[in-house]
This record gives sequence, structure tokens and C-alpha cells, in this order.
Amino acid sequence: MRKCSLDALQALFAHVNASMALYLPVDGSDGKAVYQKWSEGARWSHALNTVRSPKDFFFPQTEDLMKFKTAGKSIEIVDVRNAAEDFVIFGVRACDVKSFEILDRVFLTDPVDSFYASRREHGTIVSVACTRPSETCFCGTFGIDAASPAGDVSCWKTETELFWQANTPKGEAFLQLIAPLTEECGNEAVQAQQEKTAAVMKKLPLAELKADAFGGGKTKEFFDRPEWSELSQACLGCGTCTFVCPTCQCYDIKDFNTGNGVIRFRCWDSCMYSEFTKMAHGNSRLSQKERFRQRFMHKLVYYPENNDGLFSCVGCGRCLSKCPISMNIVKVMKKLGGE
Amino acid sequence: MQKVSQQQLIDKAVSLLADGTVSCVLGWTKGEFDYDITPALFTDEASLRQGFVWNDFCGANFSKYLVAKTRKCEGKILVFLKPCDTYSFNQLLTEHRFDREKVYAVGIPCEGMADIDKVKAICGDGISSIDCNGEKMAVQTIYEDAPVQVDASSVLAERCINCKSKKHVAYDELMGDEGDVIDSARFDEVAKLEAMTPDERFTFWQNELSRCIRCNACRDACPACTCEVCVFNNPKSGVENKSPANSFEEKMFHIIRAFHVAGRCTDCGECSRVCPQNIPLHLLNRKFIKDMNECYGEYQAGAEVGSRAPLVNYTTDDLEPGEVFNGRDSDA
Repeated sequence: MRKCSLDALQALFAHVNASMALYLPVDGSDGKAVYQKWSEGARWSHALNTVRSPKDFFFPQTEDLMKFKTAGKSIEIVDVRNAAEDFVIFGVRACDVKSFEILDRVFLTDPVDSFYASRREHGTIVSVACTRPSETCFCGTFGIDAASPAGDVSCWKTETELFWQANTPKGEAFLQLIAPLTEECGNEAVQAQQEKTAAVMKKLPLAELKADAFGGGKTKEFFDRPEWSELSQACLGCGTCTFVCPTCQCYDIKDFNTGNGVIRFRCWDSCMYSEFTKMAHGNSRLSQKERFRQRFMHKLVYYPENNDGLFSCVGCGRCLSKCPISMNIVKVMKKLGGE
Repeated sequence: MQKVSQQQLIDKAVSLLADGTVSCVLGWTKGEFDYDITPALFTDEASLRQGFVWNDFCGANFSKYLVAKTRKCEGKILVFLKPCDTYSFNQLLTEHRFDREKVYAVGIPCEGMADIDKVKAICGDGISSIDCNGEKMAVQTIYEDAPVQVDASSVLAERCINCKSKKHVAYDELMGDEGDVIDSARFDEVAKLEAMTPDERFTFWQNELSRCIRCNACRDACPACTCEVCVFNNPKSGVENKSPANSFEEKMFHIIRAFHVAGRCTDCGECSRVCPQNIPLHLLNRKFIKDMNECYGEYQAGAEVGSRAPLVNYTTDDLEPGEVFNGRDSDA
């Protein structure tokens, strides 16, 4: 384990940024934290987390896949892929680090998504342990320890210092890079902080929330439950929950007519939208109740069914604070799973 | 603290259910915390007594729900309307979006709704309870031993600070006064934008709109957006997209939407309340309202049922576009 003074962070960020692009949460103009590329003077946000999850780094909201240019009767196909460069994301919370594992299982299994894989390969993830979780946090429900975040490098921030620990070869390389600006140290301060955080986690309102009632093989048990009607009755059908979610991974591929060609791009899609997975025969889910059910069944039943019991929710709480009508996965789990 | 208590509203709802005036109640139901309130339909006394809430966090405007809910419910729906909600109610009636006969509207006074982000800015995160029943709001967090006492006025939502009217313009029954239209400074922020140079203004909106994630929450919460299928959801429209294809299109979505609701927007502020990215979308709509007031005379959408909005009410005295910039007497 290594450490540095918080006062030395700006110099450390500059040092890292000199060899690869560094992204970190900073306070945006609306006062909310947002990941931004580091530049001289950029300050690491004190916010618990960003409104937008860091999934954008690997699975951006929109990206061009290819372009077609037409000239007369010929069509030219233009490869728009850029060679990805190494980058580091600093300040990722334990919940969000876990979300990358959930996305990996979708994008890195055969057939591998080369766009996603390239960015994953070039990205180094530096996580930071939480000390002041919000009432909307429930990462513990999914076995995530906010005080022991995963990632290539894990960090712990105390009043005056930042502690660094490498977990992977990529992480070792990163600690090598910042070695001149950090020093070797013991882990006593980190352990003390972890104990303190563990005590706080127990006081959270959602500390007792369990996901045990859900999991693979339970489609029949939950699909026709009458509670879906009541749970979904106020749903506006907007895409807020899906777009702030770090694990929602559905996308659409669309063509944009530029007038003299076509841009084929991929964009996030939302199962909450009426035209989601629309096919030649029409829509597979005609009511908002069915669309609403799809989202939660996917996270709590279908995904675990296909992924060794892993749930595709990390308890980050973004949907709890952002849903316009305050309906969310916690309310669904409590209603269907029995308090 | 609200003037009419939660208990009074529950009692009113129970009695209207019991005497058969209504068959269901559109209200707010409690969540996990004291501020995460969800709109809900209640059909019996037990669920009302157990789940109905009314406090400083009941911001959702119910008028739009009436479009869908009046089609589904047998009998009348009881809806509680805050003054600003009644303007949306009238506007929807003007556009024949729901059957007035199927609604029993009870007007309730509103002291303004709280913005949870502002509460958190004062009290911090980790809220375990909020009590809105006293003179001050008492906010308990897991990090403090005693609750923090907050002045409700210091955590008011933007739209409530700039409340345009405490008057109920539609109701079957009132709990409290009818209220008055009040002076508001709601156009001050618009005037600031108008004072900017075009470049400054472009930069301002570019910065704000660049945060948009195209979740469509603004549109889906907007009581003026009640198209059965929105053009942006219609694959045959040619403009349907789930996310912006480029940065130009990103701005177009909001500008097209603002044009579409111009003259019909009552300035209820739902768009900005629900935006997960804190984009001040209401400023676009307020700019249109201010312009219409200045060009065609004062007009408040939803002030009465059946009024013709300036933009769909041609008169031979109307301004020509050039006169907006050059003055009425010019040859433009």
C-alpha cells in the first residue's frame, strides 16, 4: 500500500495526465458531480457520486459504428473506429466498479463487442472507498462493500491523506507511474476507516434490504404477480432510470440520414420506451406495465438466470433519487419480495 | 408546513368515497423516505389511511394523469389540485384531453413545495426522516444525533419561489380560500438571458443542453405534451431518435418541444423539476410566455377553459414579425 497527502493530489493528477488522459468527478456548473477530463485547476468533487454513471467510458450514450457515403450509384463504407488510447478513471465508487463486471458479461462474451472491448482494455479504474453513504445507497444488498471497492487500484481518503492499493497488473503499473509522488505505508489508517464506514452502513435505512427472494429460475413466480399493476401505475414511461443506471445495457442501432450518406450509430435504448424492440410485427410489450416489469425482471431474474446468479443492480441509488415519480427497484423488491 | 393537513385530505377523500361522489382518489403515496412520494390511485378507506400523504414534497402535477386515468376508471376520480395544477387542468380541458364529468376536483392551498436537493445542501446526505408538520422542517440524518431545523422558505423549489398564482382557477370544491394571482419575479431570469449577447446566450444554452441525456422525462411529465404518439417516438416521422445523433440535434429536441407547447404551457415547472440533469428547461418556455405577453398582450394559458392562445388566434392587428425588432411604425 502507498499513500500521498491530499495537498499533493493536484501535482499527482498532473503527473498522471502527462502520460494518459485522466478523468475524475468534478463539480459541474449545476453543482452536481460529473466525470470530466482533468485539466490544470480541476478539483476532485466532494460529492458521493456522479449523476451520470461512469458506464459512458466503455458504453457511451451514442457512438458512430460506420458511415456510408453515396456518390451516384456507388456506396463507400467508411470505417470510423478510432484507435483507443490509454486512460484512467479516478474516483469510481464500489457500486460503479461492480457495474463494469455486469457490463463485461454482456459485451465481452462471444460475440465480443470490439468497440467496448477496446475501451475496456485501455482503461484503468481507480476506485475510492465511500465514507458518507446516502440514504439511497444499498450496495450491501448485492454483496458490495462500499469500504473495499474493487478496480485496478483501490483508494481510501482520510482527512489528510489518500491511500492507494493495486489489485491487478494494470493497477501495479499505475502505482509504478505515481511511485515518485507516493510513499510506502502500512494499512492501519485504512482499516480504521473501513471499520467506521461499516458502522455507518449498518445505520442506512436500506441496510436490511435483501435480494434473496429473487434470482434465476423465478420467472414464473414473479411474472404474473398482480402487484405489477399498482407498482407501474404512475410510471411516466420516460427513460431516466435506464439512462442514469450504471448497469442498463440495452442499445439500438440506427441510421441517420445526412443527405448524402448515412451515419450508422448505436445509442442507449430504454425498455421504458414504447418503441423499444419494435419489430416488423409491432411491439412486444404494449402497455407500460409490461415495459416496467421487463426492466425489473431483467435486473432481478433474467440476468441472474444467465449469469450465475449475479444480479444486474449494484445499489448505487441513482434511480431512487432521479425517478420523476419516485418509483424504483427498492420499492419493487419490497413489494414483490415481502419486506 | 402546508395549511391543510394530511388528515383533513384523507378525511375528505374517505367521505367522498363513502357517499359515492367518487370511485377512486388520485393522491400521493409515501415512499422509503419522507420525500420520495409517488402518485397513486386509492380505491378504499384502508389504503388511504395507510398510504396517503400530503406534505412539502407532493410536487407532482396530477392534471396530466387525468388523461389516462379518466379513460380507465369507472365513475368519478377525486383529484386534489394545487393552484398551479389547476392551470394545467384547464388547459387540458381546453384541448379536450379528458372528460370533465369524470373528475371531482378539490382545490387545496399550497405553501410551496420543497426541493430535496436544497434540503440536502443544508443538512447533508443520509436523511433518515423529514418532519414537515412544524413551523420548521425537521431533518434527521444518520450522521447527526439531533434533527436539523430548516426554514421551509429556504428550501423552496425554484418554481415555488417564483409562484405566479395562489388562485384556484378550476375546482368543484375548495378546502381553504380561492386565492389570488400574485406578483412574481418569474421573468427576471429570462430578462438576464435577453440581456446577453447572442454568443453568450448560445454558450449558456449549449452548456445547459449538453447535459441532456434524452431521457424524455421533461416531455413525459409535461401536461402540455399529451400527443398520443410523440413525433420523437414515431419511427415513421423521420426525426425519431432515442438519443442525439449529433450535438445539433440535441438542442433541437428541446427547442422543437418549446415551440410545440408555446401558448399552451402554463409554466407549471414540471419539466425542470423532473430533469435528472438540472437543466433549467422552464426558461425556454418562460421566454416564449414573456414574448407573447409583450407582443400580443398578457395571456396566461389555463386561466380559463376555452380561451384562444395568442399564437392560434389571428387578428388583423397582430404584429408582423419584423415589427418585433423594428417597431410598429417602421416600414419593415
